[in-house]
Order: sequence, then structure tokens, then C-alpha cells
Amino acid sequence: MMEKMIFGRYIPGDSFVHRLDPRSKLIFVFAFIIVVFIANNTITYGLLLAFTLFIILMSRIRLYFLINGLKPVLILLVFTFLIHIIFNREGNIVFEWGFFKVYEQGIRQGIYISIRFVVLVFVTSILTLTTSPISITDGIEVLLNPLKKIKLPVHELALMMSIALRFIPTLMDETDKIMKAQMARGSDLSAGPLKDRIKAVVPLLVPLFVSAFKRAEDLATAMEVRGYRGGEGRTRYRKLKWDWRDSTSLVVLVALSALLIYLRT
Amino acid sequence: MDIKLQQVSFAYSMGTPFEKRALFDVDLMIPSKTYQAIIGHTGSGKSTILQHFNGLLKPSEGEVHIGDRVIVAGKKAKELKPIRQKVGIVFQFPEHQLFEETVLKDIMFGPMNFGVSEEEAKKRARELISLVGLPDSVLEKSPFDLSGGQMRRVAIAGVLALQPEVIVLDEPTAGLDPRGQREIMDMFYQLHKEQGLTTILVTHSMEDAAKYADNLAIMHEGRCVLTGTPREIFADGKTLESYRLELPRIIKFQQKIENLIGKKLSKICLTEEELALEIASSVRRESDEQ
Repeated sequence: MMEKMIFGRYIPGDSFVHRLDPRSKLIFVFAFIIVVFIANNTITYGLLLAFTLFIILMSRIRLYFLINGLKPVLILLVFTFLIHIIFNREGNIVFEWGFFKVYEQGIRQGIYISIRFVVLVFVTSILTLTTSPISITDGIEVLLNPLKKIKLPVHELALMMSIALRFIPTLMDETDKIMKAQMARGSDLSAGPLKDRIKAVVPLLVPLFVSAFKRAEDLATAMEVRGYRGGEGRTRYRKLKWDWRDSTSLVVLVALSALLIYLRT
Repeated sequence: MDIKLQQVSFAYSMGTPFEKRALFDVDLMIPSKTYQAIIGHTGSGKSTILQHFNGLLKPSEGEVHIGDRVIVAGKKAKELKPIRQKVGIVFQFPEHQLFEETVLKDIMFGPMNFGVSEEEAKKRARELISLVGLPDSVLEKSPFDLSGGQMRRVAIAGVLALQPEVIVLDEPTAGLDPRGQREIMDMFYQLHKEQGLTTILVTHSMEDAAKYADNLAIMHEGRCVLTGTPREIFADGKTLESYRLELPRIIKFQQKIENLIGKKLSKICLTEEELALEIASSVRRESDEQ
């Protein structure tokens, strides 16, 4: 059941997007999240959508993964769309059924918000799908480096993040194993009244916590044995390289936002 | 209770781009009350196959017969719980499944899930704790205060407490010291004989397979490539080698002796005792002839 989770997974490849430096990808995505809010009419939203499709093409990610990434937020998407349909009362009435009136602006805003949502989910999914978790943390560490001046433990934060990411699959496997072992002893997580199901979580969580703590201890020992002593003077095995692709993608983003500002009403 | 696999295939993450096939057209018949060993190299599909024996995994293709229940690929199987009471699985490193405050409660967990009364479950726990070779005083301790080997024994008792008709063992002695390994394997063999259990041992130890099993099945890259009695299978070391498996030490030893004395013994011996007797009788025959 765990194996079906696609969201947040990294798919190796060597497309243009895959080869971008994680720093430029991170900057791009964060800037893009803001740029998305510039759009406010049909042309600008259309442009955003077209641009996102262009990124998808460049990343050569199969649409399957992106659609799957959309599934967890689908309820939210439908909900916001409906809210707009029901409560927005501007423009002409398009459709009337007793009390229930649907206005032109309602549909329009509903579609805009949905596009905004889909575009944001797609672009952030592409970031995680095309960048290995290790590169992402490397990128974040470098980007946050200036904050060291205000005594933010940047290296430690990045380390914590990469360790957490590293152990997600391990813990998933572990959960699966323990779940099966307890199911073999007759515990049932998927049937019976809610009270029983909550009770059935205990035999799963206790062993999981025990092994997680054990693992953490082992990891700490292993790191100390190999002489780990924090980020001070630490050199890197993976060097980040900024090349023409990275500059180009940021220039394209600036151009896009200029165009959006020009076209918005 | 017979267990029968018919043309069973299994793929993880079916229908996603991560689909990974683990079993291909496996046919396997395990008659009631036999001791079946399933042997294979790492990644051969042994651990996947054992999860089919109590419906934890459902085949992607084919059928699994467990007693009179049939699990067919593609159909929803309801009420798998009764099967899980009859087929107990001791997973690899079973000590990871312990969770209760006391050993007693942990052993009682299984039976009470299947509706056994508290008194009966307690009674079973008391019987089993000595069967697995631990003192009664352990019952009131927290399982997390025990040593690794003791935890393993408690976990095994927790599965035996279900009183299954079939017991599936996945590398039950991995990581134990040699004496603990022998004790646990001997205990399972004794249970197998005394209570008429069907025992399925998943292992890569050829020695254990040779010593205890009635039938062997060799797995290789998701296929069941060879089945037969230990003597049939160990007669052909070349084939085994092609599946990246070795003959048991005792049989290699027998071959060395045969090379040394320049003649074949009358049969393949599976244990030290058997080989010693065989050599002795061979020597006696020789001196009789002279």
C-alpha cells in the first residue's frame, strides 16, 4: 500500500531540467510561486498554463506522475472551485436552478484558481521529481548560507533534512514489515469499528519507534566513529555547478514575469 | 492442511511505472505434515513467496490453495483472518514485532486477536515460554529488557501461541549464535514431529535444509527451478552451482572422502551421524571381503 505513493519521489533522468543546478531550480520554483499570482486574466493564465506545459515537456516527466501528484490535493481543488461557483455573484447569470444561481465571474474565477493550483502543484512536483533529495538539501544549504551571519545553524538544519529524507523509504519498508508481522498475528488495521482500528495502531507504532530510536543511535555512533564534527571547515564531495542552463532558465523566468505584468489588466 | 501454488506470478507496485516482478509461474505443492524447505539466493523471491501462504500478498496471476480456501488472482479475497490463524509466519528478525509491556501480554496478543479467552491465552503463554527455552520469570519482564536472542524466542512463542497447523519460518536463526541456532531449529523439528505441523522453512542454509527437510524447492530469480527430496537435489552439485548455491558441507565432505578412497559410498548422507555410519559399514564390508 505504501508502494503506491508517487508524490515526493525522485525519478532519475538527464533532461534539461534534470541537469539544472539545484540552486537555480529552487530559486526558479520559489520565484515562480510568486510570479503565478501576477496573472489575472485569460491571456495571462493561458500563458502560465502554456509555460508549465513547456516545463513538463523539457523535463520529459511522464504526465502519469504529475497527475498522481495532483491526487492528494484534488479534494481541495474541487472544493475551492465549488466555493467560487456558489459564492461569487459578479457578472451575468449563466445558469439558474431555483435558489441556485451561477454567475459568469464565478465560473471564471473558479477556473483561474484551479489553473493556479494545478500549475503550482505541477511545478513543485517537477522540482522533487527531477532533483534527488540530496541535491535539494545541498542547494538549500548553499542558498541559506548568508543566514549563518545571524547565527542560524544552516549546516545542521540541512543535515537534519537530508537524514530525514534518507530514512523515509527505510521507515516505509519497516512499517510494511511490522504491519505484515502483526497481521500474521491476527491484528487487523483495515476492518472493524474505529475504536478497534485505533487500538490496532499501537502494535505498529511501538516497534516502529523502538527501531527508529535504535537506528538514530547507530547512525550517531557511525558518524562519530568517522570523525564527524559539524560543518566547520567541511569540504564537499558533490560540487554544485552553475552553467548557462541555469542562467538561461532564470532569464526566461524574468522575461515571463515581465510579459505577465505587461499583459495583466 | 495442504498448500498448493498454481502458476503463481507476483509483481510489486502492479500497474505503476515502478512495477517489479518478483515471481514467475511458480508451481509448488506442499502436502500436509511435511517439512518443506525453500532455498534460494538473496533476491530469488523466497520472502515474496512465503507471504502468499497466508494471504498477506495476493498473486497477480494464478491460484493459491490453502487447505480448502482458494485465493485467485484478480478476485477479492474476504475473511483472510481464519487462514492467518491456521498458517503462522515467523518473519525474519521477528523480535522487531514485540510491542507489549510484558512478555506475557505479547505472547497473548496473537491468540486473543483470534478470540481465544484470556485464561486460555495465558495458559498457552506459560507452556510456550518453557518450550522456547526461557525461564518463567521472563513472563513479567518487558520484552525490551531482554537480550536479542531471548527476544527472538519470545517472538517465536508469540506465533506458536496461535496454535497454527502450518508454520512458516523465514530465516528463523539469522544472527543467532551457533548454539542458539541449533536449539531453535531442533525445537521446530520436535514440534513438527510431535504435533504433526506442516513446516515451511525459508532459508539459504543448505545444512539446515539437508538436516531437516523432507522436500526442497530451489528458487532462482523468481522461479521455482527445482523440487525434490534432499537426496535427489544434492546428487547434482553442478545444477545447484548454476543457481549460485552450494552443496551442504557434509555432502562436500563425503565427496572428498570418496575421492580419497577412490570409491563411491552407497548413498548420499545428509547428517554427520549418517555419514559416520556409512563410512563405518563401508570399511567393515571391505575388511569382510578380504
